[in-house]
Amino acid sequence: MLRFEARPAPSRLATLLSPLIATLATVVAGVVLFAALGHAPLRALAAFFVQPLATRYGVGEWVLKASPLALIAVGLAAGYRANVWNIGAEGQLTVGAIAAGGLALAFDGTTSPLLLPAMFVAGAAGGMAWAAIPALLRTRFRASEILTSLMLVYIASLWLQLLVHGAWRDPEGFNFPQSKLFGAAALLPVIVPDTRVNAAVLLTLAVVAAAWVFMQRRHAGFEMRVAGLAPAAANYAGIPESQTVWRGMLIGGACAGLAGVGEIAGPIGQLMPSVSPGYGFTAIIVAFVGRLNPLGIVFASLLMSLLYLGGEAAQLTLALPSAVSGLFQGTLLFFLLAADVFIHYRLVRVRAVPAGAA
Amino acid sequence: MDTAVQLVVLTLAAATPLLLAALGELVTERSGVLNLGVEGMMLTGAVCAFIACVKTGSPWLGVAAGAVAGAGLAAIFGVLVLTLTANQVASGLALSLFGVGLSAFAGLDYVSAVVDGIRPLAIPGLTTLPVVGPLLFGQNPLVYVALVLLVAIQWMLHRTHAGLVVRAVGESPESADAIGYNVLAIRYGCVLFGGACAGVAGAYLSLAYTPMWSENMTAGRGWIALALVVFATWKPWRVLAGAVLFGGVTLAQFQAQAAGVDVEPQLLAMLPYVATIVVLAIISRNPMLILRNAPASLGRPFRPDR
Amino acid sequence: MIRRILPAAAVAAAALLALPSLAQAPAKAPLKIGFVYVSPLGDAGWTAQHDMGRREMEKALAGKVVTQYVENVPEGPDAERVIRELAQAGNQLIFTTSFGYMNPTLKVAAQFPNVHFEHATGYKTAPNVGIYNARYYEGRYLAGMVAGRMTKTNVAGYVAAFPIPEVVMGINAFARGMRAVNPKAEVKVVWTSSWYDPGKERQAADTLISQGADVLTHHTDSTAVVQAAEAKKVYAIAYHSDMAKYGPHAQLTAVTHHWGDYYTKRAEAQLAGTWKPDNVWGGIKDGFVSLAPFNPVVPKDVQDAVNKAKADMVAGKLAAFAGPIKDNEGKERLPAGKTLTDDELNKMNYYVEGVQGKVPAGK
Repeated sequence: MLRFEARPAPSRLATLLSPLIATLATVVAGVVLFAALGHAPLRALAAFFVQPLATRYGVGEWVLKASPLALIAVGLAAGYRANVWNIGAEGQLTVGAIAAGGLALAFDGTTSPLLLPAMFVAGAAGGMAWAAIPALLRTRFRASEILTSLMLVYIASLWLQLLVHGAWRDPEGFNFPQSKLFGAAALLPVIVPDTRVNAAVLLTLAVVAAAWVFMQRRHAGFEMRVAGLAPAAANYAGIPESQTVWRGMLIGGACAGLAGVGEIAGPIGQLMPSVSPGYGFTAIIVAFVGRLNPLGIVFASLLMSLLYLGGEAAQLTLALPSAVSGLFQGTLLFFLLAADVFIHYRLVRVRAVPAGAA
Repeated sequence: MDTAVQLVVLTLAAATPLLLAALGELVTERSGVLNLGVEGMMLTGAVCAFIACVKTGSPWLGVAAGAVAGAGLAAIFGVLVLTLTANQVASGLALSLFGVGLSAFAGLDYVSAVVDGIRPLAIPGLTTLPVVGPLLFGQNPLVYVALVLLVAIQWMLHRTHAGLVVRAVGESPESADAIGYNVLAIRYGCVLFGGACAGVAGAYLSLAYTPMWSENMTAGRGWIALALVVFATWKPWRVLAGAVLFGGVTLAQFQAQAAGVDVEPQLLAMLPYVATIVVLAIISRNPMLILRNAPASLGRPFRPDR
Repeated sequence: MIRRILPAAAVAAAALLALPSLAQAPAKAPLKIGFVYVSPLGDAGWTAQHDMGRREMEKALAGKVVTQYVENVPEGPDAERVIRELAQAGNQLIFTTSFGYMNPTLKVAAQFPNVHFEHATGYKTAPNVGIYNARYYEGRYLAGMVAGRMTKTNVAGYVAAFPIPEVVMGINAFARGMRAVNPKAEVKVVWTSSWYDPGKERQAADTLISQGADVLTHHTDSTAVVQAAEAKKVYAIAYHSDMAKYGPHAQLTAVTHHWGDYYTKRAEAQLAGTWKPDNVWGGIKDGFVSLAPFNPVVPKDVQDAVNKAKADMVAGKLAAFAGPIKDNEGKERLPAGKTLTDDELNKMNYYVEGVQGKVPAGK
């Protein structure tokens, strides 16, 4: 009989091996799934994982899509480590885009190099402002941030729609719900020719690096981790809970807001009724698959990004319905999460215990 | 009077899927497990219920299939977070993603099917009575199922030994384990029950409320149901209050629009969300309310070392 | 499942691998045509009708064209990549079927000057980008006539998603059609702020019924409104697709979209090397918009009247927006003897007589 037994300390080997085990299991599951659907399994897997990265443009898209995921996930992880459950990054992203987009529209026609930095400041501020609402409600009224941050996602999305359907609609646009295209001064420069990779990727890398340093070395990072591990102990040690909540929410909001700016000043280039295909929610998965660690998050975001690109490629080359991609993506995540068990537990063989002895 | 009665009936009809899914999640969370995969389980329940109904012609077999499918998906989640102690938040979100894909895939051949579905009650002589007729005898049968479930869960959690055990497991799995309860088995049971309820909620949508199958037809109701559990501070009857508040405000804003109220529709559409936040803030001001009710071990894995 | 995938898959696979057997195929490789859809295919609705058009074209030009599509592509940064990949994959003609694809289509078109693009419902063109759309409002007018004759309460309910010009035009045309046969008719509008949410659409429909509407129509993407009407025993006029099977008693008719002929024509032009960017806005006359068969409950004289109006429209004798047009505040928007121009139609931000309320964000 096999059973799991807790390891005395997390296994380093298993930490490294678990993604490999998950990948292997996914490949096996993928082979079975695709074969059952009547597709050559290896070609399908190639469509998912190889084909999207076959060209320079493809690699660019991979990085471009991973960047906002990593940026948001790093911000969320700061809160999650301290048990601050911000699940409303999608809304914070939207408000960040509203703030920055408003600025871009207000200063339409300017050539000032200050516009873009100002947009990022506005975006971060917008995201933080939206995250401040759940923080305030939690610290003042003890209202759960899980509910309030989620509800605020819907409100933010309706607010953006209200703006692009009304006040911020392109006057030349026949009443269609889109803003004007931003001027050149409000657009991020492309940093890799022949791709859409723009300067926002550098910002993501900077934030990831800063987060890594902050988590590892700074006192505040330590405080937040303690607050997460043992709130009572943290309180006792003089780290007020409200401060932890504020910090966790605001960092998450700022990162999500920045990601929103990266989208509208990058690949989108204007305000539309929706500025994100659910990055704020996907980033939650990214944060956990990356084990709330900045470096892990980078890998997780690249993986999620590849899964989306792979889904499109599979539709194109194999005419696989998008539903199958969703199925496959979910399966991979399951294996990835399940394989983690080997980090903290090991499988041991036990002799059957006589009944009653347990 | 007639309009008021009609509004109550419409509100209950709109609140029922939220109520069903949230009640199931409430039991799951009371045992200390946070399953964020409600949306995925609802969709899978919806599609399986629909398929079963098409195949067998029986909507009630469909509801049963929905419950089994929801529980089946919950079982995957259970293996992940209970047996393999995977992270609950991430596993739940992955379950949602998986459920969206699975349901879309399973339903590919059924998007054009039509079912008769489950019709509201029509009891000769009773349903046509003024006021009480539509209220007591004119709802969709699944609305009664949801209300009975509410009473049953309220009673079970607070008046029975089984409920006590579930709550104990949610509060302190270590103590429950020490007393000799099989924490994992109890949590499995609660997770499966939550999945079954979400499946029935999906079945209500695909067989009763809007009898059809199309991808993503739950349109985010699973997430609202999750929020309602928090809103209800883990108390069953407050789930009903939350579901009615949310469904009622949505209807009220449509009523206002149809009556010609001149406010931007997007502002009106925000109302259910704003109302939920405001009411939550007000009831949460009493600190003891939340602290007493939130299951202390919510979201934390537990592995017996015996 | 298999049935749906196989033809396209087999062709795509063959093309991709350049199987030896293909070498014996006719020397001229078939024209590759790509489609981008905003939602899953589904059975009814906007995307379902475009896909029906794609299949009709495939059938009409069997052997000469192969098609590829990507469904469920959100309007946003992903659209540009998908369109680009379709171009990269050798599609010579690409149809992008949602308004939000407008700027991405133009961006990709600039990078692939030899590929031709057709964008549905937008307003920007380029040397290799044409645009196409349908005069849905013409069908709405005719449907309004049916509703005007069939209503007993003189109130119709309209479930709409967002106040974009296309939707406002549809509401106004519907009201004018109703009023043309029933001067007492009123239209109540409820906005759901979502293109697709069956539950919400059901709630909006229930609301309108509770406020006296006995004919419903919708400009949203599910079948929920027709089903609500069926359940509550009122009438409905479906949109996008014929939804008779979802409301066999309720559906009086449907305003349906038809893209097959257009897609075939454009593919033929591409094959002949005569493709030019165009701005096509086709109506009843061109077969872009049509009415589904009448429900038998619609009396013969009503059917005849509507069919006559349809014939007049085709002949150019009847326009949905011919003057005099008064808005619902009594202001004259167009004098008698004139017809609204396309430009004026696209900028329509008021309700005509008979519609209750105000156009949101209509300043």
